[in-house]
Amino acid sequence: MSLLQDAAGPVLEHAARPEGDASIFVSLHRWLIPEAFADQVPTWFVALGGIGIGLGLLIGLISVTVMFCVWLERKVSGHIQCRTGPMYAGGWHGWAQSIADGVKLLTKEDTVPKDADRTMFWIAPAIVLASIFGALAAMPISYDWWFGRMDLGVFAILALSSTTTIGVVMAGWASNSKWSLYGAMREAAQVVAYEIPLGLSLLAPLFALGTFSLGEASALQSGWFGMKWAIFTNPFLLPAFLIYAIAALAETKRAPFDLPEAESELVAGFMTEYSGIRWSFFFFEEYAAMLLMSIVGAFFWFGGFESPVTGALRSAGVEESSLLFGFVCFGTVMLKGLFGIFLMMWLRWTLPRVRIDQVMTMGYKYLTPLALVCVLGAACWEALVHALFS
Amino acid sequence: MTDTVGKSEVEQTPQDYKPSIRPEEQRTLPSGEKEFFFDVTTSDLEVNMGPQHPATHGVMRVLIRCDGELVTGAQAHLGYLHRCAEKIGENVEWLQYLPYTDRYDYLASMNNNLGYSLAVEALMPELEIPRRATLLRTICAELNRIASHLVAIGTYGLDIGAFTPFLYAFREREWIQALFEKICGARLTYSYIRIGGVFNDAPPGWLQEVGHFCDVFEEKWKEYHDLLAVNHVFVMRTANVGVIPKEMAIDFGLTGPMLRGSGVDFDLRRDMPYMAYGEAHEAGAFDVPLGEGKKGALGDCWDRFYVRMLEMKECIKLVRWCLEVIEDGPIIGDVPKVLKVPAGEAYVGIENPRGELGHYVHSDGGKVAVRCRVRGPSFVNLAVVEELMPGALLADSVAIIGSTDIVIGETDR
Repeated sequence: MSLLQDAAGPVLEHAARPEGDASIFVSLHRWLIPEAFADQVPTWFVALGGIGIGLGLLIGLISVTVMFCVWLERKVSGHIQCRTGPMYAGGWHGWAQSIADGVKLLTKEDTVPKDADRTMFWIAPAIVLASIFGALAAMPISYDWWFGRMDLGVFAILALSSTTTIGVVMAGWASNSKWSLYGAMREAAQVVAYEIPLGLSLLAPLFALGTFSLGEASALQSGWFGMKWAIFTNPFLLPAFLIYAIAALAETKRAPFDLPEAESELVAGFMTEYSGIRWSFFFFEEYAAMLLMSIVGAFFWFGGFESPVTGALRSAGVEESSLLFGFVCFGTVMLKGLFGIFLMMWLRWTLPRVRIDQVMTMGYKYLTPLALVCVLGAACWEALVHALFS
Repeated sequence: MTDTVGKSEVEQTPQDYKPSIRPEEQRTLPSGEKEFFFDVTTSDLEVNMGPQHPATHGVMRVLIRCDGELVTGAQAHLGYLHRCAEKIGENVEWLQYLPYTDRYDYLASMNNNLGYSLAVEALMPELEIPRRATLLRTICAELNRIASHLVAIGTYGLDIGAFTPFLYAFREREWIQALFEKICGARLTYSYIRIGGVFNDAPPGWLQEVGHFCDVFEEKWKEYHDLLAVNHVFVMRTANVGVIPKEMAIDFGLTGPMLRGSGVDFDLRRDMPYMAYGEAHEAGAFDVPLGEGKKGALGDCWDRFYVRMLEMKECIKLVRWCLEVIEDGPIIGDVPKVLKVPAGEAYVGIENPRGELGHYVHSDGGKVAVRCRVRGPSFVNLAVVEELMPGALLADSVAIIGSTDIVIGETDR
């Protein structure tokens, strides 16, 4: 009992903060438990329940989005290639295709190669999945709804999302297959090369906005009727965004940087030996990482929650803490994220794959110096604007 | 090539790998620094590309020796699809062997039928081939060349990682297959071109539809050109990769686009004309496109790819010419049901989409061939892969195998 109370301590402290500052873990129980009974419910129950519900919401939200993205990918690729994509499952344009696939993958035999390192083979997909969920937990859903409120949100996202590489390398090594090992090594090399331009290109909007928190970044872009997006305020942010987009593609192993799983060279790279639900975890991670990268881009360049709709709501006097405003914020950021994913899909079905030496050359020789120039330029521009107009 | 790959990992003992510093070998450099030798041995990784691998376009196995991503040696292992085609040719009657020819280069069955038929016809000088049959043969052979090249460039895009051009190419190939289905009822293994002519006349409206296809195809050709041939990433991946100089191409006996990609001007249709090709060339109906090294060194993967692209345009011109000159008439010469070929031997090589497809037939005047030998272009072209591999990256090895455009059915026969 006391142990649980100790464990729940930080969460309870968090709950003691003012209303607007609460995370979803805590604010949920306020809705679920009537105030009259609040005293009789043990605190550990509240804390664990809040965490459980929060995690359930996070996993549910991301899973549904990922399943939608898988369906979208099939439709987008289909239409790009003069096909229709799935049309039968569920009826309308094969909307239930992802669900059917999920059921299929769940019921498939989970095979482990004979000489594989079983423990590592089993843990690897879990690490991949856990780290991407951890990164997504740092994502705010609206100004008032958070899974985990972090002032250094973008740091947490970068750190946690790059731990997926550990899982991928583990998977490649544990599979005891040469093709898998090639995929894992490529992944390691590629991620190391592109973490640098990714982080550096993110520094440019961080300088322009002056915050690491995603929610605050969005709030800072709320002027001009919801259109004071960072990208419009500083000329160096556009090249920085292009660098970010390329690096994000490489980070998420999407074409034209899908070398770790290059199907025509490495069969399926690090996933070659996986089957069933474990294989789908890697697949899941890819789409969740795409969503994450798109949403981080949306927060730091394209206004986050802000759009003319939020501008209109504000001028109509709708409070930021209201339910309506929350849903509008959530919808806006998801639409921006999905648009980013759509662009990634478009690229994937248009471009051939680049070679490993070309990937490395681009990352180290071009993107990293260019990102540094962008950071410097953005900082100088902010200093100049600050000196001239304030 | 065997000696680069021959040494197996198994032969090396584990202690070979143990790194150690050997102080007895240290020496002092002129600068006064001490130089140590690190006794670190690394071993190359042997990977089997295939027999089940998307890049080998069938059941072929390429044993690759890799130093990281760098390929240090390669050896192709064939025979997974061996079906004794030549031996069958010596055991079944002349006409019965025709369907077997469909099966070796299954992407260009019309050309295989044609090669065998021409070889047998060469033994029967009194047999007259009607002109309509010759032109129908030409139309079908050239349409099939387009279909085969469409698969070649589509799957080449797939090897490089571009999925979409593959489906675009198959869209047009589907139309060609539908045209073949109309004229002979089969979509892949046609057996349409028979000894003495063709077995079925073009149905009404077929020739007009072929003309319509030619018009549409020229529009679609631009799509492949923009999506692949001039795509910057594609050019980066294929230019200066797997360069075959002129002399090397001739030394290895390469034929077809592999040879012309290296800038050697040789095409059997023009240089050893058979059927109506000589007449067509005199009428200016087709040119022979050559690799020019536009994007990199002469004879690289891009050149071979682009020669195939240009050849498709030439095929369209040839088909148009045939459609202009074709007239009504008989479609097959006087060939008995049980064919007895006069004694003698003949070799006829034709320009298959992949190169020179040669048939050597030897008859003793009976119902069955004494010897039926096939010279397949894929088999000969494949030999150069082992020479091109060392020094390439792993991703390049896929590009090199893809650019040879082999059909395993024919290498193994």
